[in-house]
Amino acid sequence: MRALHRKLLRDLMRLWPQALAIALVMAAGVATLILGVGAYDSLSTTRAQYYEANRFADVFATVTRAPKSLKDDIARIDGVSAAETRISKIALADVEGMIEPASVLLTSLPEFGEQVLNRIYLRTGRVPDPEAAGEAVASEGFAAVHGLRPGDTVRVLINGRQREIVLSGTALSPEFIYALGPGDLMPDARRFGILWMPEGALAAAYDLEGAFSSVSLKLVPGNNEARVIEALDGMLERYGGSGAHGRKDQVSHSFLDAELQQLKAMSRVLPPIFLVVAAFLVNMTLSRLIALEREQIGLLKAMGYSSWAVARHYIGFVTLIALLGIVIGLAAGSWLGYGMTKLYAAFFSFPFLVFSRNPAIYVIAAAVTYGAAVLGALKAVSDVAWLSPAVAMSPPAPQRYRKLFSGTIGMPRMVRQSSVIIMRHLTHWPWRTASGILGIAMAVAILVGSLWSFGSIDHMVDVTFFRSDRQDASINFASARPVSALYETRRLPGVLRAEPYRAVAVKLRKGHVERRLSLVGKPPDAELSRVLSGDLQPVALPPDGLVISSAVAEILGLRVGETVEIEVLEGRRQRLLQPVSAIITGYLGLTAYMDLEQMNRMLDEGAMISGTHIAIDESLQAELFTALKATPTANFIALQYVALQKFRETLAQNIVIMVTVYAVLAGIIAFGVVYNFARISLSEQGREMASLRVLGFTRGEVSGLLTGELAVVVIIAQPLGWLIGYSFAWAMAEGFTSELYRVPLVINREVYAYASLVVLAAAMVSGLIVRRRIDRLDMIEVLKTRE
Amino acid sequence: MAQAAAEIEPDAPVFRIRGLSKVYCTGDVEVHALRGVDFEARRGEFIVILGPSGSGKSTFLNIIGGLDSATSGEAQFLDHSLTRQNEAGLTRYRRDHVGFIFQFYNLVPSLTARENVQLVTEIARHPMTPEEALALVGLEDRMDHFPAQLSGGEQQRVAIARAIAKRPDVLLCDEPTGALDSKTGIKVLEALTRVNAEIGATTLVITHNAAIREIADRVVNFANGTIVSEQRNAARKLASEVSW
Repeated sequence: MRALHRKLLRDLMRLWPQALAIALVMAAGVATLILGVGAYDSLSTTRAQYYEANRFADVFATVTRAPKSLKDDIARIDGVSAAETRISKIALADVEGMIEPASVLLTSLPEFGEQVLNRIYLRTGRVPDPEAAGEAVASEGFAAVHGLRPGDTVRVLINGRQREIVLSGTALSPEFIYALGPGDLMPDARRFGILWMPEGALAAAYDLEGAFSSVSLKLVPGNNEARVIEALDGMLERYGGSGAHGRKDQVSHSFLDAELQQLKAMSRVLPPIFLVVAAFLVNMTLSRLIALEREQIGLLKAMGYSSWAVARHYIGFVTLIALLGIVIGLAAGSWLGYGMTKLYAAFFSFPFLVFSRNPAIYVIAAAVTYGAAVLGALKAVSDVAWLSPAVAMSPPAPQRYRKLFSGTIGMPRMVRQSSVIIMRHLTHWPWRTASGILGIAMAVAILVGSLWSFGSIDHMVDVTFFRSDRQDASINFASARPVSALYETRRLPGVLRAEPYRAVAVKLRKGHVERRLSLVGKPPDAELSRVLSGDLQPVALPPDGLVISSAVAEILGLRVGETVEIEVLEGRRQRLLQPVSAIITGYLGLTAYMDLEQMNRMLDEGAMISGTHIAIDESLQAELFTALKATPTANFIALQYVALQKFRETLAQNIVIMVTVYAVLAGIIAFGVVYNFARISLSEQGREMASLRVLGFTRGEVSGLLTGELAVVVIIAQPLGWLIGYSFAWAMAEGFTSELYRVPLVINREVYAYASLVVLAAAMVSGLIVRRRIDRLDMIEVLKTRE
Repeated sequence: MAQAAAEIEPDAPVFRIRGLSKVYCTGDVEVHALRGVDFEARRGEFIVILGPSGSGKSTFLNIIGGLDSATSGEAQFLDHSLTRQNEAGLTRYRRDHVGFIFQFYNLVPSLTARENVQLVTEIARHPMTPEEALALVGLEDRMDHFPAQLSGGEQQRVAIARAIAKRPDVLLCDEPTGALDSKTGIKVLEALTRVNAEIGATTLVITHNAAIREIADRVVNFANGTIVSEQRNAARKLASEVSW
């Protein structure tokens, strides 16, 4: 091994705490990219393979009742490769040990042969015997929450009759990765499940022999989905078709998509920021570290090493640090990414997991980190290497400091000289000071960028559950009922207040852009489920026109006063034009509202409602639930407190895992930066401190110079860090936004405080370490080595 | 520049310097470090340069050592102009022909004595082994010590070993005993004179210490950026005979 190589290794060993801190900063940047992108890629690959393996359909439609003979016509639509019809109905279920009613989606399994589309993935037991009327396979989540195993029974209110259903097994399905009850905001496996039953049993119970109520299609790849949907709608219209839709509007798929979109936003926005911040910090730190080697560079040149040879030596130095950082980062990133993907896969109930490793991401992460390190080294070396060796070897000429207060004013008397030294240092190397401030600000910023989302979630919860939808529960009718149903609801035990609503599936269209959504009619003076304006004030629904959420307005390019085409997808399937009378803020889903009376006039079906929102007297809750379980007209009861709980749980699962990992990595970066700043400042000012010690300054006073400088830099960095952090958070909130979620950017003061506290703690610890080094240094020895 | 000095006729001057000037601009101040220095040195000559601080002797040594460039004038090493060399040329010159010894040793702290010498032998054309070089300065049994484990005199002798290991044509020493007490300083001077005799390198020693003048062939006095006087010693004293 050459002497220069040995120098390199020993220098690394001497500087190991700093080298390790830099390597960890690099590792954090690399790991974030690997794990973020890895988790997202793995989950989307897994989903794709799951869809493929279980033949998840491309187009879905429901009808009131259509003859099975229609299936062959449907299969012959150009572009359709497979079609499957079935019976699908929602029913109330009574599960042992649960006071409130649950709902189940009853879905038929083909009479002969296996499912062609949306195949279930059997986890336990067997598929039901086609001849047995009372058997079903339950969705695994539902069965697991209630501890149901093959052989156990569930009571279901099927078409007004209580039936005992025996479970023959449990299964997963690509169609219900997210099992969301009608009108629910978040999936709740306790209150909503799927039961797959033999077609014969369901046909008999619902009077659908020789008929179907739901059809799914698989398309030939690359086919025009819109054309198939149009053709299908044309066929189903006379059978009460409510409009076919693609995967985009399939509940489970669109929810999963929104979740993956959030993961993607987190993996595409935050990790590159981490990587760039880490690269910047590494660049800054290494260039300062190498600048300290000025005399050795001069010496090597004096011996006859060329500038390039010297540069290569220091590039070797940073290469080793970068290698360490990259290896730790790749390993930690893969490991964390794998763990996180497994957590998510379990959360999404994927039956298997494909962990994808994209080599390009590994290469990018390594290259950016290494490039930044080498550039940092080159910058520092070039500053010194092109000096003549005589100049390089002598200590830098005394810097020309400027007075802070020029002219006759002078430095105020009461300012101590040690403070003057600190201020002159900081102002004398403005670039160094600025890059230190920027580096520490970046550390604050990535913490803010990791932690901000909690404030936004709280805000969404507050607006959605406490200001807008303030009802305790919602009762969803199986089909629209006359408004008199409202009075029946009011007579139920424990109901303090009941408000009607009507929801119809519609397509809103402007020009070529259309969106399928549920148009909701409410009384104008609703107190429970309110419509809120942009500044969160209740909006009285106007007697005519449509109130739409800003998401709908943006997608369709609508402004107040413009007209929008409404295509009703149920009943008489009218097509009408309505003006937009207001645009409101809505965070969940695409929403549009109308005055209930106006809606009923528009639909021309009389005064009908789809359900009621109710306020409950808690002491009578049990009685209410018992009554509801026996109500044949209701098919789903949405409970607001459960929705809120599920909302928090879902987001917690989804975001907290990722945020925690990011916050820890951000903490490592913060510490790495502050520690290196302190250590390098110590090396740069060792001589000056030694002189002060000789003059009789105490250790405390001398360390005060350094810790004072650190304190000034750290404090100035805070507001800048908050500002940069805010912009990171903004970029992420933009990335989170999907058609299902609209994330408001609300950053609580606690987030800023927490980010600053972490960085301040890192600064304190670094300050103490440096202080200990100053205490241990033999200052006199330092002075003796140079004049 | 690459040829060995041995190919040149024995009596030709190693250095021929004419009108050498150096002006430093530090901020608003112009410092005239050298004001038209003329100088010659022969092969194997041992020259001591004396002068007060700021007299220009270090600047002079740095320029003829290829560590710094002149503002005007001409400096020749054998038949090569130093003042017209570019950065790469000066690097080659230092690598192949010059050995430096500094007041503060300038050893690489992370390398042992042997490795510090290796640093040079690995890039030189016809070096001696690090062991030979260290033996020449009497450090054969301290070769695997780090600088921090060596006394000041020992560190300086490692620096000398490092400077001579390449068999340089010229040995340039800037205050080699400046940081040492008399006893260890003499050991260092002994090493220098021995090396001068054995490898025949033209040796220039800058010092504040007038006692050292007696071991030189010639003494050059610097003041205000020029050479003000020169004396030739009729008889050189041994290093062990001087004291301060």
